[in-house]
Amino acid sequence: MTQSSTTSEGVEPKGLMKVITASSVGTLIEWYDFYIYGAMAIIIAKQFFPQDNPTAAFLAALATFAAGFVVRPFGALVFGRIGDIIGRKYTFLLTLLLMGGSTFAIGLVPGYASIGMWAPFLILLLRFVQGLALGGEYGGAATYVAEHSPKGRRGYFTAYIQTTATLGFFLSLGVILITRKTLGVDAFNDWGWRVPFIVSALLIAVSVYIRLRMAESPLFAKIKKEGKISKNPLKESFGKKSNLKMVLLALFAAVMGQGVVWYTGQFYAQTFIERTLSVEFEQVRYLLCFSILLATPFFLVFGAWSDKIGRKTVMLGGMFLAIVTYFPIYKTMYRIADPAVKTEIAALSSTGSKVAVSAGGDSTLTTTTVKAFTDGASMKIVKKEVRLADKSKPAPKPETVKTFWLSSSGFWFMMFLVFIQILYVTMVYGPIAAFLVELFPTRIRYTSMSLPYHIGNGIFGGLTPFIATRLFDASKTTENPGGDPYVGLWYPILIASACFIIGLLYLPSKNDEDVSD
Amino acid sequence: MNSLKRLAGFVWIALGAMVIYLLFAQAGLEISEAHAGKRPLLDTQMFWYIIIPIFLPIMIGLLLFGWFAFKGEYDVIARDSEHLT
Repeated sequence: MTQSSTTSEGVEPKGLMKVITASSVGTLIEWYDFYIYGAMAIIIAKQFFPQDNPTAAFLAALATFAAGFVVRPFGALVFGRIGDIIGRKYTFLLTLLLMGGSTFAIGLVPGYASIGMWAPFLILLLRFVQGLALGGEYGGAATYVAEHSPKGRRGYFTAYIQTTATLGFFLSLGVILITRKTLGVDAFNDWGWRVPFIVSALLIAVSVYIRLRMAESPLFAKIKKEGKISKNPLKESFGKKSNLKMVLLALFAAVMGQGVVWYTGQFYAQTFIERTLSVEFEQVRYLLCFSILLATPFFLVFGAWSDKIGRKTVMLGGMFLAIVTYFPIYKTMYRIADPAVKTEIAALSSTGSKVAVSAGGDSTLTTTTVKAFTDGASMKIVKKEVRLADKSKPAPKPETVKTFWLSSSGFWFMMFLVFIQILYVTMVYGPIAAFLVELFPTRIRYTSMSLPYHIGNGIFGGLTPFIATRLFDASKTTENPGGDPYVGLWYPILIASACFIIGLLYLPSKNDEDVSD
Repeated sequence: MNSLKRLAGFVWIALGAMVIYLLFAQAGLEISEAHAGKRPLLDTQMFWYIIIPIFLPIMIGLLLFGWFAFKGEYDVIARDSEHLT
């Protein structure tokens, strides 16, 4: 064991950096593993979940919903309990191995074309294991770092753990972009998508090696020595009113709002730019990568700030800014990629059509329209209309795919607007680990903090893109077939507003300095 | 301040009850529309069969939170484990 000595004020600085590195690298890789599935959902759906098979389509939706949202809180309960009974170190080592193993295995599962229905079932099973592992990981890492941190700097040191979710997302985008560029789009879609999954095994091996060299949390080791470990953390956490009310407070006064602000800034922004504004695939990923990279240091800034002015002020400040600025931000984003407000260069615009006839006599008319605008932006619209040889059958609906390329200034402005949203994420998310750790006692901390965290982030936050997109689809009427592009924002705004009011009323303004109780 | 905290407890109870009602009402409406062919049946059923079991316990939690607030459980926030466990 290479752990440095522990003092009453936490672990010595050199040892603390080792603790932070060991915890953060593992958590970052777990987030990477979790995100690559989401980032490649379309390719995975084609490989494993053919849409013409209703059972496979059902399993696809279940894999997305269940693992991302439902299973995570269960993972929090299962691994939280283990973490409060046998210790933090071995529990988050186990979650790391489960996550890495299941991610690696996803990269090896043969497609539906090779093994039929086994393919979607295996993917669903592995995705469930991923969700369970993620549910157990975060609470362990946050608790582990917080229990090593000195008084008055807990917000700053736990903020390193908070950077991992965003950096894991960044890493997943980066690995996917590099693999796609290196192999080419066709090879990537065919087999290259497996590379980011397989790469995970290497990352996990490094992380397991680092974590194995770490010692148990000093506070957990102390209560274990004193025989004060909880025999039934689940019963203590949720069966006793005194603690259950704190779990509910954590969820409704902080994590619920933090979850929606996080998922709006980092994921709904992507959905909005890509689906509603039809901005080109690589441009979207580049602007997200730049925004994330620029905003990430602010997790540490706001974590440290929360040590000085209080977690409540920083977190609720971020929530308030998000509530009042989301509409203006999204309206500006829309304007940047709105062809209706741009001046077209007629000389550079063109329209062409071609007809392809299949062996059965069906013909497909493809019309491609290219438009260039004076600000440097451009747009391509490809419309496909199928005319069936058998006139008695109903003709399929025409398909239209629009791709918009932002101008250089539009790209940077859009990036700035995403950066602002991620800045709000750093305000609400930076201090949350320290806040949760301080709310619960050592003997049931892992269990008690993990559940509200994963309900707030997995369910309230994780559902943001789906509910927002569903609201947008529901706003499409015969009078307004385009729908209201901003209606989806009501979900995060209402949830964050309720959370802001509850937090303002009920959260204590001062941080709890002593977490050794 | 404590009176306001207790009074607001009613708001959280009402909010929880309202969301539970809306969940079931909207699910019933959309699923019946799907059966009538106005919406894709599988997608609609799937969405609500997942959303209701997820949000129902959370909203029961909100009702409980409101009840605790009304009973004055949040008048003073416990800061040590003697008061928590």
